[in-house]
Amino acid sequence: MQSIILQAKAIHKQFHDPVTVDVLKNITFSINAGEFVSVIGKSGCGKSTLLYILSTMDTDYSGELLIDSQPMRNKTEAELAHVRNAKIGFVFQFHYLLYEFSALKNVMLPGLKLGQYSEKEVEHRAIERMKKLGIDKLAFKQANQLSGGEKQRVAIARAMINDPAIIMGDEPTGNLDKRNSEMVFDIFKQLTTEFKQTMLVVTHDVEFAQKSKRIIEMEDGRIIRQ
Amino acid sequence: MISRLIVSIARSLLLARLRQTMVAAVGVTFSIMMFVTLLGFMNGLNDMLDGLILNRTAHIRLFNDIKPKEKQAIEKAKDYKNRSHFIHSVKSSGSRREIYNVGAITKAISRDPRVLGYAPKINAPVFFNDGNIEITGVINGIDVEAEARLFFFKDYVTKGNPMDVKTVANSIILGKALADKLLVDIGDRVYVNNSQGERFSLKVVGFFESGLMELDKVNSYASLATTQKIVGKSNNYITDLQIKLKDLNLAPAMAKDYSKLFECDSEDIQTANAQFETGSNVRSIISYAVGITLLIVAGFGIYNILNMMIFEKMESIAILKATGFSGKDVRKVFMVIAVSIGLIGGLAGEVMGFLLSNLIDNIPFNTPALPTIKTFPVNYSPKYYIISFVFALLTTYFAGYFPARKASRVDPVVIIRGK
Ligand SMILES: Nc1ncnc2c1ncn2[C@@H]1O[C@H](COP(=O)(O)OP(=O)(O)OP(=O)(O)O)[C@@H](O)[C@H]1O
Ligand SMILES: [Mg+2]
Repeated sequence: MQSIILQAKAIHKQFHDPVTVDVLKNITFSINAGEFVSVIGKSGCGKSTLLYILSTMDTDYSGELLIDSQPMRNKTEAELAHVRNAKIGFVFQFHYLLYEFSALKNVMLPGLKLGQYSEKEVEHRAIERMKKLGIDKLAFKQANQLSGGEKQRVAIARAMINDPAIIMGDEPTGNLDKRNSEMVFDIFKQLTTEFKQTMLVVTHDVEFAQKSKRIIEMEDGRIIRQ
Repeated sequence: MISRLIVSIARSLLLARLRQTMVAAVGVTFSIMMFVTLLGFMNGLNDMLDGLILNRTAHIRLFNDIKPKEKQAIEKAKDYKNRSHFIHSVKSSGSRREIYNVGAITKAISRDPRVLGYAPKINAPVFFNDGNIEITGVINGIDVEAEARLFFFKDYVTKGNPMDVKTVANSIILGKALADKLLVDIGDRVYVNNSQGERFSLKVVGFFESGLMELDKVNSYASLATTQKIVGKSNNYITDLQIKLKDLNLAPAMAKDYSKLFECDSEDIQTANAQFETGSNVRSIISYAVGITLLIVAGFGIYNILNMMIFEKMESIAILKATGFSGKDVRKVFMVIAVSIGLIGGLAGEVMGFLLSNLIDNIPFNTPALPTIKTFPVNYSPKYYIISFVFALLTTYFAGYFPARKASRVDPVVIIRGK
């Protein structure tokens, strides 16, 4: 019996600018703990839009979203921020690090915000995760001095700092060359196999998707295969 | 509460934009410095000018005015009640300038706990003989000790010993300008005619400089006894009672009471120097207005810089929000930035303001009109420092409020999608 981490029920999303279009139509699926799921589909079919909804950043939709069995409807902005902080790790296509901080501090920030561990412990946990990703030597480098692949690994370490229920990625390898893409994929693979980390990754890279356990294919705002 | 994390994020953002934040802080520093200096200097001047007049003016003056009867005879006639009266025949005559019953009044006044002290005075118009011409002047008969204690008489006697006027018989202290006109020096004699034409010879024992040339041209001081002799009156002849109160603000009400109680005329300091008070107030208002304007300008500087910073940091704000910081956290970060600019700039401004005031305080300022003043006057009241600091914090708070609110409302989806 596997527990369900994320559940989407009849999610529907419209954009009204300039004319009303249904971008997502009746999206229903669930993700079990420990699953590694890829989402593929043509450009413009609504993958990113879906991911922003699932990550609670976009609240303008109809339907229901449950994370860790908790409904996300009727939560305040601050409560949703807490859900993102504690339960979701997000890896973007562009690394999105804070350039005012060192790599280590970037990884630590969501941990410090959560406040579950002391600053010393958070630092220890951050170093641990960076070691696993082979970037512990870069800990005290300023974020803007890192290479693209290094930045992405720092972003992954940041996503992992609070042991989230699920890590989401929007084309996390989209901006990397083949060698770096493979490395990121290997890291993801390792996370699922070794640490039973649940993953939901949007990708264009068919090869990447093929290697994951489960593929959700979208077309025109609908799921056509899962 | 604002956590250490918020503060550390704010600090990092600040340091990343050190030059701009410095400019903003310098704006606050400059305005606070000017505020403190301006108010200190202006109020120093006010105090000095107040001292010039107010220190030497009685809070309440009791006297007997020469004036026609308030009720003309015709008004008393029943037949002509409620008619227009054209006849004002009863002129002031036979009325005396002295205060009646001085002994009883002074006894009553000295028992009043609100009174700090009183000084009796005789106002005697005389003519000073200068060869063939006569110069009109006034001899003020005074009790030197009371005058010195209550009205700082000694400060204004620039040459000679003020006590001599009491100890040396038939002596006089002349206004410096009057003495110059009469061509006399200390030790010389001046000749004085009273209104009856009798002539007296008085010995000059000192010069007096009030700071107001017009006063020094006509005024002179002698002891009560000498003055009584000149006007040919007995030793209880007093024309003015100058009263100093513990609290100056009670003067108008008490003046009225005394006037009724002692059946004489009275004048309070507020009425006598209304225009003076107005001058002080206007100076204060102008300096406050300038200071606050400066602060508001500095506030706009902070507002601009924060807006710019938020515009540049859109991505960072989006990341913070995506990784679990709430809108409130983001707002706090920017409020901390704004208020620290105010705090640091403000503190520096207070110090600079103090130093600048000190500099002004040491600039020599010598004028014959003001014998006791050697440098520019500065008032160091902590009031101005506290007010300016509170204002600095308030302005930066409001300058930060709207940009911070804007930052808290940044939608991370829009930013992330836009990349
Ligand atoms: N703010 C918006 N207003 C109107 N339409 C929008 C808005 N944002 C996205 N869309 C539209 O919604 C559709 C889905 O966009 P989305 O970004 O989810 O696509 P995607 O599947 O992620 O594409 P890609 O693979 O190129 O990233 C697109 O047709 C896009 O033009
Ligand atoms: Mg997309």
